[in-house]
Amino acid sequence: MNSLFPSIVSRSQSSGLMNFFVPIISIVLTLITGSIIFVLLGFDPVYALYTFFISPISSTYGISELFVKATPLALIAIGLSYCFKNNIYNIGAEGQLTMGAIFGGGIGILFHDTNAFWLLPLMIFGGAIGGALWGLIPAILKTKFNTNEILTSLMLVYVALYILDYLVVGPWKDPFGYSFPKSRPFSESGRMPLLFDGLRVHFGLIITLFLIFVSWFIFSKTIFGFQLKVSGYSPKAARYAGFNQTTLVFFAFAICGAFAGIAGLAEVSGPIGLLYRDISPNYGFTAIIVAFLGRLHPIGIIFASLVIALTYLGAEDAQLFLQIPSAVGFIFQGLVLFYLLGAELLINYKLTYKKLL
Amino acid sequence: MNFDLILGILQIVLIATTPLVFAGIGELVTEKSGVLNLGVEGMMLVGAVSAFIILVITGSYFLAFFVSIISGIIMSGLFAFLVLFLMSNQIATGLALTIFGIGLSSMLGKQYIGTPIDGLSPWFFVIFSFLIVFLVSYFFYKTKAGLILRAVGESHNSAHALGYSVITIRFLSILFGGSMCALAGSYISICYAPMWQEGMTAGRGWIALALVVFATWKPERVLIGAYIFGGVTILQMNLQALGLRFPGQFFSMAPYVATIIVLVLISSNKLRIKLSAPASLTLPFYKGR
Repeated sequence: MNSLFPSIVSRSQSSGLMNFFVPIISIVLTLITGSIIFVLLGFDPVYALYTFFISPISSTYGISELFVKATPLALIAIGLSYCFKNNIYNIGAEGQLTMGAIFGGGIGILFHDTNAFWLLPLMIFGGAIGGALWGLIPAILKTKFNTNEILTSLMLVYVALYILDYLVVGPWKDPFGYSFPKSRPFSESGRMPLLFDGLRVHFGLIITLFLIFVSWFIFSKTIFGFQLKVSGYSPKAARYAGFNQTTLVFFAFAICGAFAGIAGLAEVSGPIGLLYRDISPNYGFTAIIVAFLGRLHPIGIIFASLVIALTYLGAEDAQLFLQIPSAVGFIFQGLVLFYLLGAELLINYKLTYKKLL
Repeated sequence: MNFDLILGILQIVLIATTPLVFAGIGELVTEKSGVLNLGVEGMMLVGAVSAFIILVITGSYFLAFFVSIISGIIMSGLFAFLVLFLMSNQIATGLALTIFGIGLSSMLGKQYIGTPIDGLSPWFFVIFSFLIVFLVSYFFYKTKAGLILRAVGESHNSAHALGYSVITIRFLSILFGGSMCALAGSYISICYAPMWQEGMTAGRGWIALALVVFATWKPERVLIGAYIFGGVTILQMNLQALGLRFPGQFFSMAPYVATIIVLVLISSNKLRIKLSAPASLTLPFYKGR
């Protein structure tokens, strides 16, 4: 006879199969919970789920929008995985994104009447530098002054947002923009080229896919990727092997900051075309969920970014057609992360039924 | 200097700082038991919105605060279930709780934005915030239960070996933290503002987390840290109101910059942090049945 309740037993090795299934399980559970929420709100769950998850991507334009939203999410998430793999909790990607937009966008504003092939590459470079510098602040504070990077990186988000606000209402305000808090538009050559006529999906997608490929190479084929992984699993082993933790922290923050900065620049020089206050609907924070849902793996992150991008689109449609506040998108994002973290138990532990007799 | 002006500023500082004290002391108790809950901001927002809605519907202040605290217990209970029974990563789970709380509070509160209410006098809560800090301090250092809670935070394996239920103690500490965060939120929406606005806690939850580090995990020091921070916030508001020729955004970022500077000053002494932080903070407890 077996006991009624399973007991939790530690696995000797984490389960690869579960590693693959856990994100899928969590998405399914989120959908079930979502339909319960819709019923409680008094909607037909099938129609609500259709409005939320199917109708936004049932047109070419919708699919293009899905990639527009997934581009910054995937790029920031792959950057975050450099940090998370090493147990560095950089949660200030939103600030690094903003700083990238400020640096890169600043170059765009400076050369607003220049049309030259070098402008966009220079802006992308500026975005990477801006994000990396902002990311290096918590790295320096962590390594030199032992300061918790969770809190400092988050505080820097608020600081970056106020700097952007100051710039677009002050020195960088469009002289011809009446009194709106926005900058001059960038010149045509300072904009991300569109991939297809009439659709908003832009060259940032190609940059993102390229950087994801590079990151896959770094994670799986280089010593640096190996060091990140080892010091994440076992800091003691890493120290014994002589890996320099300070260097790893600096690189992880700089790379993550640079990726987030490029994502920010891609937003302002892609769909937006100028600088203003609200350049990002919390991409920097949502990318944390994408990174976890993608299990810090490049392929996983691509799929996760599409799933989470869909919650953005679905929330907009739900507001439009069902009058459900768009904040329901955050609820879905929070839920999927809850289920994912809960189900992670299955990766490192197994449930067994003890024999009683 | 005008005496009335000083008294007025002092009053505003007391009123503005109280929610930080509540959230900070709640998180401190949670962390003392060895659990880091980054969901403070989310729990505060849900606490704020639930108190506001109940007040609008029933008109009862008592019910508003009561339901708000229940909401904090439910939110933190969800967190506790994940980190204690499913042994999930505390940092990621706390972030999920904050994101979830932001979404839930904006959805519930959508139709209440701009609804007028009669604010409640804050003074009872101001006094209560001082009282609760000293009660927590007394509990930690003068009672056996407090000693056990601290032991669980320092070494859960030893506490378990002595026969104490690590999971139960942590569960209760997390729930206390959650109810305090919800109280902080409801104070903001009913006494301090008084109104409901999406994301109205404006990062106070994160500052409460910084306060615990600033306080090097000692209850009375949460008060000191909270009042330094509250003072800086009110000072920047007053300077901004004086209309100095200096962009307002730089004043508005002052509290966040001040938090970073203070954290750096406190943390740069590695030994002090190592000696004062609960040794089991963020480590999951697994009995290995």
